[in-house]
Amino acid sequence: MRAGVVPRPIVRGPALTRAALVLGAGAGLLLLALVVGVGLGSVAVAPDEVLRVLGHRLLGLGATSGVDASTETIVMELRLPRVLGAMTVGAGLACAGTVFQAILRNPMADPYIIGTAAGASLGATLGIVLPLLAPALAIGAASTWLGIGLVQLLAFAGGLGTVLLVIGVARQGGRLPSVTLLLTGYAVSSLLAAGVSLLMFASGRALAVIFSWLMGSLAGVGWADLAIAAPVVGATFVLLLARWRSLNLLLLGDGPAAHLGLEVGRAKLRLTLLATLATSAAVAISGTIGFVGLVVPHVLRLVIGPDHRLLLPASAVLGAALLVLADLGARLAGGIPVGVVTALVGAPFFLWLLRRSRRVASALSA
Amino acid sequence: MTAAVEVLGLHVSYEADGGGRRAVLRGLDLTVEAGELVALVGPNGSGKTTLLRAIAGTLPAEAGRVALFGRPIADWRRVELARRVAVLPQALALPDGFRVAELVEMGRAPHATRWLGSSTQDAEAVERAMADADALDLAERHADELSGGERQRVLVAMALAQEPELLLLDEPTLHLDIAHQAALLASVARLQARRGLTVIAVLHDLNLAIAHAPRVAALGAGRIAVDGDPASVLHPAVVRELFGASLDEARTADGRRFLVPRSGQATRNEPSVNPDRIYR
Repeated sequence: MRAGVVPRPIVRGPALTRAALVLGAGAGLLLLALVVGVGLGSVAVAPDEVLRVLGHRLLGLGATSGVDASTETIVMELRLPRVLGAMTVGAGLACAGTVFQAILRNPMADPYIIGTAAGASLGATLGIVLPLLAPALAIGAASTWLGIGLVQLLAFAGGLGTVLLVIGVARQGGRLPSVTLLLTGYAVSSLLAAGVSLLMFASGRALAVIFSWLMGSLAGVGWADLAIAAPVVGATFVLLLARWRSLNLLLLGDGPAAHLGLEVGRAKLRLTLLATLATSAAVAISGTIGFVGLVVPHVLRLVIGPDHRLLLPASAVLGAALLVLADLGARLAGGIPVGVVTALVGAPFFLWLLRRSRRVASALSA
Repeated sequence: MTAAVEVLGLHVSYEADGGGRRAVLRGLDLTVEAGELVALVGPNGSGKTTLLRAIAGTLPAEAGRVALFGRPIADWRRVELARRVAVLPQALALPDGFRVAELVEMGRAPHATRWLGSSTQDAEAVERAMADADALDLAERHADELSGGERQRVLVAMALAQEPELLLLDEPTLHLDIAHQAALLASVARLQARRGLTVIAVLHDLNLAIAHAPRVAALGAGRIAVDGDPASVLHPAVVRELFGASLDEARTADGRRFLVPRSGQATRNEPSVNPDRIYR
């Protein structure tokens, strides 16, 4: 190909069309998940009724005549917060997974990898056990601050605090070497997991509650949870997307990224904190749900490539839609934990993908 | 006029196994004027890559001064540095999944002005870089489909997309076959002339240095031991001192000089300039 024959905008044209296609498809998928997720359950609500209630109550369009009051209550008070909760958690986890896979350049990275899950689990377990062990402290399990329960609060603080600790230990001067971060996270996680096991051992009748939290569930998500978690996930998403260039450069490795102008240590630190904020907010309202944060970024890298400008929004959308559907599956299967559904569906799909494409494993290593 | 690169009394050491520090650079001086092409040669472990990293600002000096374009390296922000200095590292694993055009566009990162897209200026710089690095025909290929020589062309294009004034090459001919070695260095020399680039290249192959570099600086004992035109620096006697290797000088039919290892005897002797023996 000679210089004069090269299609002029080497970089821009096709990328824009593709972005519009991908995000358009994502928006469609999200709307579908919303209607199906709100509509199906022990009482089925027809799609047109779902849309009419949502249109009227959320956007102020039309009227809800012809939809009876109990249906409206089911949609607005029970199903919708749960579906929006699933979207928030799914989007947060998928984005965080994408970011951690890029920072650590490790295909096994997921949102929990450097200690968020262990820290949040310990926090939540403490939140469940403390009121039982020390009733004199007068912190009932039901007591809330700003509408947020003790369990959620401690889970969030545990996840964030653990990662701050891990970063503090792993930092060497201004640098944050990926391998050290990974291994420190692993060691600290193991330590905290021991704490969780000990508390479970001593928890007596609260064991079932702890267990169900650890497996993840969206059953208890209400508007108050959403009011805190959704803005956190939304804000971190915007701030992460604003750093798409840094994420792309980090895929080249620390040295080359520095040669291209990135303050690598500082960039990694900020990205880690943002991804941890999103993860902690998600985990606080849902418990630890696995596989979404690991698989979604891999699937999308195969389909749309590793450019974070498109990969991050696509991950958010697909993560949100998938978790709504997984939670629907969990509800329809008689209320089994949603984490079981994501693993049952996600793991075989991921294995099939691995067999089919050698690029899954090599997309992050080269 | 200020020099492109000025290194004065540079000391760098690494932590040695079992405590203590092993000095690699011991008061090294080097001045490179704008527009020069300098080959850095020296035995393994003589500190060529270390020197390059100190000039690129990714390795802090313990003592001494490194200044680029008259300004101390510590005063540069990374992004300012990346607008004027490009580095072609020894080994860079290109991430899969990107098209070559997208990878080369990453070279524009330090110049980025737009939040999401790239400017017309960026697109032009990318195209020019790929043309100069002979990589235009690779634009739509993916990184994992490239041969060693093609990858190297892509890396050169990435570095050129930065539109640097100073280009640092760390063994750019590693992993390249003999035809690609010559082609790469010829194109670097051409770019140096056309873009007025200052180039410092670490080279292992002394004959490549003889053929392509007007100036050769040889490291030994943690300093620049010899510095000058290739005929005087890469002389068999000097090479024997520095590398401990016995070489013969020969000429092609048209009079070009080259070095060949002496046959029939062990060519490896102790270098007489042994940093550990002399300076510890």
